[in-house]
Amino acid sequence: MKLHINGDVIELEQQMSTVEELLTHLGLQEKPLIIEHNQSILKKEDHSSREIQDGDQFEIVHFVGGG
Amino acid sequence: MLENNRYHRQELFQPIGKEGQQKLRNCHVLIVGAGALGSSSAEQLVRAGVGTVSLVDRDYVELTNLQRQQLYTEEDVSEQMPKAVAAEQRLQKINQDVTVHAHVIDAGPEELSSFAQYVDLMIDATDNFDTRFVMNDVSQKYEIPWIYGACVSSYGVTFTVLPGETPCLQCLIDYIPKDGATCDTVGIINPAVQMVVSYQVTEALKYLVGDTGAMMGQLIGFDLWKNERMELSVASLKKDDCPSCSAQRTLPYLAYQNQLKTAVLCGRDTVQIRPPREERVNISDLAQSLKRNEQVKLFENPYLLSMEIDDVRLVLFQDGRTLIHGTKDITEAKKIYYQYVG
Repeated sequence: MKLHINGDVIELEQQMSTVEELLTHLGLQEKPLIIEHNQSILKKEDHSSREIQDGDQFEIVHFVGGG
Repeated sequence: MLENNRYHRQELFQPIGKEGQQKLRNCHVLIVGAGALGSSSAEQLVRAGVGTVSLVDRDYVELTNLQRQQLYTEEDVSEQMPKAVAAEQRLQKINQDVTVHAHVIDAGPEELSSFAQYVDLMIDATDNFDTRFVMNDVSQKYEIPWIYGACVSSYGVTFTVLPGETPCLQCLIDYIPKDGATCDTVGIINPAVQMVVSYQVTEALKYLVGDTGAMMGQLIGFDLWKNERMELSVASLKKDDCPSCSAQRTLPYLAYQNQLKTAVLCGRDTVQIRPPREERVNISDLAQSLKRNEQVKLFENPYLLSMEIDDVRLVLFQDGRTLIHGTKDITEAKKIYYQYVG
């Protein structure tokens, strides 16, 4: 499936059905991330129920402390 | 003569103009931290003619800072100058038309609260979330905006907190990393610093000249190496029961029994120890007594006393803080502290 993540087109061999599956696939499931899915901000508790489809857009940001 | 056309190009920029320039002159901005982000922010605000810039920083200049902390020189490294002092000297050379106040202190709740009544805006240039949460509560209490900014490697994030409008840092706490994984152990390139500062200073200018409609209103993230830029509308994350910004707020970071007396400095193999006020030591008295110990290599300047014992280096500041280099272990650091400082 094809997804737009942070402006890049990402091709995935497997089909993913939820945000949680996608995060696990990307190795990001444990990280504190703010995720926007098709212009709507997700709460953490929504990750397992939010379904994803081919062509969906994601913006993913994580907080850092350095400065 | 200098005064008359110094800001000409900035005044030509229509959203600022002569009127905006006059507003900048009447403003006071507090920059918390004078490392990479703080040096760059301070230089830009001072050049832009912001009337008063206050800087607080607890650290002194080291060689590894020079790659990105643009206000400092090799001379500052060899003299172990406190960053705030070195920054103030450099900034006043750049623009003697503005006032710069620099303070070699740890930015705790008391210190930041004492500034709050005088400033229009706070810029985050710290390297840790403990201080940011204190800034966040001070911002809410005194209704002063603050502009979060942070960076590691080629990545950066920024967000402007406007009390009463946007979510605050506490609203976003579920997304804040709790471990030290964000330390600068992965390195940093200067363009990432400058990009964060570009956003922060532009937001500051917009706010200070009153063009709040032009402010970004979003969480911005970017990775310069990966050519990525993210914009997230996080307004929906504002919490109705937030302990820092809701109607029933308690401002937990100001109520401090929680107050940190020790802190591990990001990526530095260093622990800071900050004793309660009544326990402060006189650094010249201490230097005198340590001179008898031949194993201790001493260095002293008007701001700090540095002592080296085997693999460990202790640096004492006049405000009572001690940095213990060569360990990340708080217990070990305390032991060394009690051994040499008392």
